[in-house]
Amino acid sequence: MAIRVFLLLPVFLSSAIVSFSLYEDQAGLADWHQRYIGKVKHAVFHTQKTGRKRVIVSTEENVVASLDLRHGEIFWRHVLGTKDAIDGVGIALGKYVITLSSEGSTLRAWNLPDGQMVWETALHSAHHSKSLLSVPINLKVDKDYPITVFGGGYLHAVSALDGEVLWEKDFTAEGFEVQRVLQPLGSTVIYVLGFVNLSEAVVYQIDSKSGEVLAQKSMAFPGGFSGEISSVSSDKVVVLDSTKSILVTIGFLDGDISFQKTPISDLVEDSGNAEILSPLLSNMLAVKVNKRTVFVKVGGEGKLEVVDSLSDETAMSDSLAVADDQEAFASVHHEGSKIHLMVKLVNELDNVLLRETIEMDQHRGRVHKVFMNNYIRTDRSNGFRALIVMEDHSLLLLQQGAIVWSREEGLASVTDVTTAELPVEKDGVSVAKVEHTLFEWLKGHVLKLKGSLLLASPEDVVAIQELRVKSSGKNKLTRDHNGFRKLILALTRGGKLFALHTGDGRIVWSMLLKSQACERPNGISLYQWQVPHHHAMDKNPSVLVVGRCGSDSSAPGVLSFVDVYTGKEITSSDIGHSVVQVLPLPFTDSTEQRLHLIADTVGHVHLYPKTSEALSIFQREFQNIYWYTVEADDGIIRGHVMKSSCSGETADEYCFTTRELWTVVFPSESEKIISTLTRKSNEVVHTQAKVNTDQDLLYKYVSKNLLFVATVSPKGAGEIGSVTPEESSLVVYLIDTITGRILHRLSHQGCQGPVHAVFSENWVVYHYFNLRAHKYEVTVVEIYDQSRAENKNVWKLILGKHNLTAPITSYSRPEVFTKSQSYFFAQSVKTIAVTSTAKGITSKQLLIGTIGDQILALDKRFVDPRRTLNPSQAEKEEGIIPLTDSLPIIPQSYVTHSHRVEGLRGIVTAPSKLESTTHVFAYGVDLFYTRLAPSKTYDSLTDDFSYALLLITIVVLVAAIYITWALSEKKELSEKWR
Amino acid sequence: MTQIIRSSPVLAFIALQISFIFFASTLTCTSGSEDSCYTITGRVKIPPSNVIGHTEKFSNVKVLLNGGHKITFLRPDGYFTFHKVPAGTHLIEVSAMGYFFSPVRVDVSARHRGKVQATLTETRRSLTEMVLEPLREEQYYEIREPFNVMNIVKSPMGLMVGFMVVVVFLMPKLMENIDPEEMKQAQEEMRRQGVPSLTSLLPGAGASR
Repeated sequence: MAIRVFLLLPVFLSSAIVSFSLYEDQAGLADWHQRYIGKVKHAVFHTQKTGRKRVIVSTEENVVASLDLRHGEIFWRHVLGTKDAIDGVGIALGKYVITLSSEGSTLRAWNLPDGQMVWETALHSAHHSKSLLSVPINLKVDKDYPITVFGGGYLHAVSALDGEVLWEKDFTAEGFEVQRVLQPLGSTVIYVLGFVNLSEAVVYQIDSKSGEVLAQKSMAFPGGFSGEISSVSSDKVVVLDSTKSILVTIGFLDGDISFQKTPISDLVEDSGNAEILSPLLSNMLAVKVNKRTVFVKVGGEGKLEVVDSLSDETAMSDSLAVADDQEAFASVHHEGSKIHLMVKLVNELDNVLLRETIEMDQHRGRVHKVFMNNYIRTDRSNGFRALIVMEDHSLLLLQQGAIVWSREEGLASVTDVTTAELPVEKDGVSVAKVEHTLFEWLKGHVLKLKGSLLLASPEDVVAIQELRVKSSGKNKLTRDHNGFRKLILALTRGGKLFALHTGDGRIVWSMLLKSQACERPNGISLYQWQVPHHHAMDKNPSVLVVGRCGSDSSAPGVLSFVDVYTGKEITSSDIGHSVVQVLPLPFTDSTEQRLHLIADTVGHVHLYPKTSEALSIFQREFQNIYWYTVEADDGIIRGHVMKSSCSGETADEYCFTTRELWTVVFPSESEKIISTLTRKSNEVVHTQAKVNTDQDLLYKYVSKNLLFVATVSPKGAGEIGSVTPEESSLVVYLIDTITGRILHRLSHQGCQGPVHAVFSENWVVYHYFNLRAHKYEVTVVEIYDQSRAENKNVWKLILGKHNLTAPITSYSRPEVFTKSQSYFFAQSVKTIAVTSTAKGITSKQLLIGTIGDQILALDKRFVDPRRTLNPSQAEKEEGIIPLTDSLPIIPQSYVTHSHRVEGLRGIVTAPSKLESTTHVFAYGVDLFYTRLAPSKTYDSLTDDFSYALLLITIVVLVAAIYITWALSEKKELSEKWR
Repeated sequence: MTQIIRSSPVLAFIALQISFIFFASTLTCTSGSEDSCYTITGRVKIPPSNVIGHTEKFSNVKVLLNGGHKITFLRPDGYFTFHKVPAGTHLIEVSAMGYFFSPVRVDVSARHRGKVQATLTETRRSLTEMVLEPLREEQYYEIREPFNVMNIVKSPMGLMVGFMVVVVFLMPKLMENIDPEEMKQAQEEMRRQGVPSLTSLLPGAGASR
């Protein structure tokens, strides 16, 4: 074994070549990039007669984007910071998109056609509060009505032209919370209605030019308000009182306040608590009572009357002026697999302007939001289009009874990713129809040759691209020999599971997680449930989807088992206990279902699958199951072991109690846990040995039970700049999770987080900030096993006097030593991953997700503690790079080349069958996939291998042979004649 | 530095200069904390270039404070502002596709009412003139070398052809130089063995000697 290692290791080390690089015409061959925006919160249509029709949206991923209304493509988009949530969006002056973000403290204007930021204004805000953006609908472009913004206790008026703050009013002292700002058209007076401590209604009349308070009226409401509000007309709002059973109409005509109370029980019989729905309808409001949507008309004197009621599953849009004095709104409700879109006039609910029925995919769930827009048809009648947001976050445009376009925006919030194999091709060897005729084959290769010799014209380049995509057969839905075609399973926050094809990124199937217990379970994580390979080959592989009813960790969990080939749910169960941690065990039953343990909040663990066979396997290994929990807030890491069946408490025989085995407590005054990490459990390590240049042997300490923990001083846990170098230090630990023993401790003075780390084989690489140098640093720690260092003698190996076959136990104190080295790195980092290959022979590359949302491939040789300033000749031959103080950023080694994976959150790697190649999938707001060969494809010909050149060479050689043969014959003849 | 540098596009691209002009102003930062808050204003200037997609590139520039804690964008004139920055030492990074910017260490002084000092962390150059030059332009693709006879020759096929040429044209020359007697001997041996082998052809292989 070791000898084979000796032979192989240098071969592969020396074969490691300068990292990933790509020619421009190869972009898009093995990779794809998909752009998303996230679940839409607000939408504003911009459909003027001239120019492109677009819709401006803001989303839960803090994206502001302009979409083409015809095709749903993105004209432009901007991803704001993670803490810069968008509160409101509007269009001012017909040319600027206005966004209010960060709880009403940042106001930005973007140029509508190209998305260039025009101005940005920071507004005062004293505390966290609801914020409000009011952009006047401007009919006269020349007149600049100010934008009014409320947030954090301040009311601002901002000029739409340049973002200048015209005036501001400080309401922090009164505790005044603005609820509505009304600007009657043509008037310079704005009415500001708000509540003081939710018990007093106050109306200010403010001059919109100067900000002067013209009048102020206040009126106390003894019961107090609940805060839910709906404005029904320019001088009336309807609010709900604190008991949620009385609707109060507040009229503030000409600055006078009047209350009018209407108990909901007067409107609807035996009503419970009410809830005001968000759509703004003119002279009407929608209230949710008894799971029904009730439309309440507001009469002239604030009199309320019920005009209609609908079933619960109805989504509505705001009302919209369709004619001179008529307003209409859209409502969508479900019926079986269809949805009904109706547009009604607000004044006459019986007058349905539009009724459309559209077949809808069941896996999109219910309609969450509706945004309506109208247009004038050629026959001067009104046409309507509706933008709807579904439960799975997808965005669809409905027009004329059909789905014009749809965007799978759920993929912008991927929470977990795993990969799965495609089915094997059934009908024996049915090789793809490669090329039709020899002539076409030759033509294609001549084109390729032209391309590689840079003789191709632009048309040829396009033809080559097409040919490559076609001939590779990369989009087939069957397994290929190299393992390049796979399914990427992505679970989204909205609880939908997507299967994406690695070839072109298309959605093969998708499935919405369902639960009996709750309406909308969230997706948490994905596990390989059944991967048949030896026996049970006839079974389809399946995955386990773990979801949760609600965001709280103690909420009950939902399990779903999904067939990977078909995308159908096999079974699902509401497990009745919470899910804190899911532990895949290294055992499978006779049908190759993997055993999983699920730990809940009360300290019990539950075994899945719930079969007696699984139970008997588990009972056998009962003593050997350990796991750990990290309580980051308290700075405690605990190790657990199984104790007994919890039969005393419940009758469930698959439930077990646990016992605490060890604890590591970090002093809370000096250390705070900011990052923990273990090795990937499915990682393959090719060899335990590492050969030094001087033929010395090192044994890697390869253990699956190592935990990397990084702590910082509590002061340094904040952002950069909040702490001085003297106050902060970073400490990293390597902890054995079976015994709780700390194997290694390394302290970095004057450093702070955030720490991004990657753990593979016997090394950890982590990225942190060095406050003294004011630069980012990357440190590598490699851990080696000292106890096996004696097995170097060949005679010992031959005579069997080595301890290589001795069992390893975590209870014996391991003799380990570490090597480490640090380097500077010039960029902030969002995430780090490492490539993984089938056998682990290929050298590794770090995949660094940078702050610019790009992914940099960095050879592991750059983070090798053996690097020295002047490597010896032998070391150079082995591929050791001279030590430099910072890691190189080579632009050609960005695997994302000219793309940005906006909002990058994670990178997942998976091996292909070909040892040289690995799949890389990065997710954030965008998705990106590529195939990497960290040491180049040494085990297969590359795509751009020129068969034509080979053929031509052979032809030339054959011709040369014949010519020379003829020549030599001739010469021989003439010589014989002489 | 605010003047646009007039030069040919190529030169402009090489001499791409992005200047940061820092100044800070105290804002009456009325947030709950006692920290006095300041504003950092700078400028990223990219001279006009004829490269397609230049304006698009420009509108996709992001400026990040402290590793993405705050993100802002450029105005049409290239200015950017970070509001409500507490006194202390901060890090500004510029993310622009196609360019590599050095991170900038920014010291906001509490004593001097928000005076800002900037230093490039990569080159450790202090920005006394408040000018930052990008370290380099980034090319994400390998550039294909133009058609070259040497490349063909150097490729494996080329080497094969070359070897054949050598065998075809130089081997006879070598044969000529061989002593005729030796040649005859070799030929005889070949006949005796029946199978021609490469070692016996070569002079000095001397298996028969």
